[in-house]
Amino acid sequence: MGRGLACLIDAGLSIRQTMGAVLAEELRRLALHDLHVALGGKMVPFAGYEMPVQYSAGVMKEHLHCRTAAGLFDVSHMGQVILQPKSGYEATALGFEALMPVDVLGLAEGRQRYGLFTNDSGGILDDLMFANRGDHLFVVVNAACKADDIAHMTRHLSGVCEVIPVTDRGLLALQGPQAEAALARLIPSVAAMRFMDVAVLAWQGVDLWISRSGYTGEDGYEISVPQTHLAEFAKALLEQPEVMPIGLGARDSLRLEAGLCLYGHDIDTTTSPVEAGLTWAIQKARRAGGARAGGFPGASRILSELADGPERRRVGLRPEGRAPMREGVAIFAADGTPVGTVTSGGFGPSVEAPIAMGYVAAAYAATGTVLAGEVRGKKLPLTICDMPFQPTTYKR
Amino acid sequence: MKYTKEHEWLRVEGDLVVVGITEHAATALGDVVFVELPEVETVVAEGDEVVVIESVKAASDILAPLDGEIVEVNQKLVDNPALVNEDPTGAAWFFKVKVDDLSVLDDFMDEDEYNDLIG
Repeated sequence: MGRGLACLIDAGLSIRQTMGAVLAEELRRLALHDLHVALGGKMVPFAGYEMPVQYSAGVMKEHLHCRTAAGLFDVSHMGQVILQPKSGYEATALGFEALMPVDVLGLAEGRQRYGLFTNDSGGILDDLMFANRGDHLFVVVNAACKADDIAHMTRHLSGVCEVIPVTDRGLLALQGPQAEAALARLIPSVAAMRFMDVAVLAWQGVDLWISRSGYTGEDGYEISVPQTHLAEFAKALLEQPEVMPIGLGARDSLRLEAGLCLYGHDIDTTTSPVEAGLTWAIQKARRAGGARAGGFPGASRILSELADGPERRRVGLRPEGRAPMREGVAIFAADGTPVGTVTSGGFGPSVEAPIAMGYVAAAYAATGTVLAGEVRGKKLPLTICDMPFQPTTYKR
Repeated sequence: MKYTKEHEWLRVEGDLVVVGITEHAATALGDVVFVELPEVETVVAEGDEVVVIESVKAASDILAPLDGEIVEVNQKLVDNPALVNEDPTGAAWFFKVKVDDLSVLDDFMDEDEYNDLIG
């Protein structure tokens, strides 16, 4: 089968999908489906859901709008889970900690942290956000992994807590330099939140679970909203002059420019957190010599990679010229030795150039190293660079 | 103007056929960020991959709609790929091909037939 325009157009131009989504017999619809369609959303299958890949403005304009004003994303496909302790918060925090190389116990009340479930060989089962909400933990996981994640947590944590999937709430993300101004018009106290703070704040008589975080590299918020008020709240945000709806296409280019991993592409069950450059997510308490060192799945590999360095590393890549290098592009050293693969790549609308990330053998991972990516049979130069490609604007 | 099933348009200009992509194709592709054109004097056969076009969403090829020789390419598209979205059926032509017999164009769709195809 060729790669002519017709086959691309017939395929609906969906962005990368997991096999699970492709094989799913029936796609689930978001609660806001009709709103997305009314906004001109082009709906495509993603992680088992019909999701808007873009709206009428298109990926480029949506991306740039989010970088300069504020963008609204419906991320209700993601999994929201409460871990409700059976016998005290500490036992639940320690139980959750046993699944991740991350300091859960040390997370202060009202704060959120990035985490990742590891497997026994040190690979990554999923990446996630979790928050200390005083008497319980609130966890947000990837859509494609949520069923497995809930089973994983239920299997390992049922002794210490109830694992409660939150199915009566949607999740919205409002991202961009004007997100604070837009959201504060509806809920003034969000302005006082700092990056990775969480709070329960009332709107129209219902509790919204708000975190000051996101996955675009911009300042912004993620807001868990009861389904009963989801459409009304989304419309109230869209009425703010700064806010434009943003689809999955721009979500992907925004997170790529921010150097953030997409699970199933940049990280998976074969990549360790150290290879992936996520060592910032492994706090001192869990490292060798720390108060609660080790004791998580895959600790032997992860701790030895922390000490001795991994065999390969996730790196930022800048292709020379204008040709994007996408997922799967093979990377070669100057002498022709294969040294790695691109895991995410495309055009960065804000950096106005093609950008990519991928894994290369550690010996070739130094910033500034010039390698080659093979595109359509031609080896084209690309340079290892630091990430993010676009400076982040988190309000710390 | 004639149209192919691959969403190209064909326009006769003297003894040459000018080739571009339709507005429908340009809209579906989304913002075009990269165009790679063939070399002038390349002899192509129908179905050959002659142009690489990449949007923010995906990479695709434009296939040669007929046999002939590429005699001119639109270098403006390499420098400004966004032109494909701005003026797909005008300024954003891709290449001009010299064919032996212009009557081969009769086999392609006219505008009504193409509009039926894209529904």
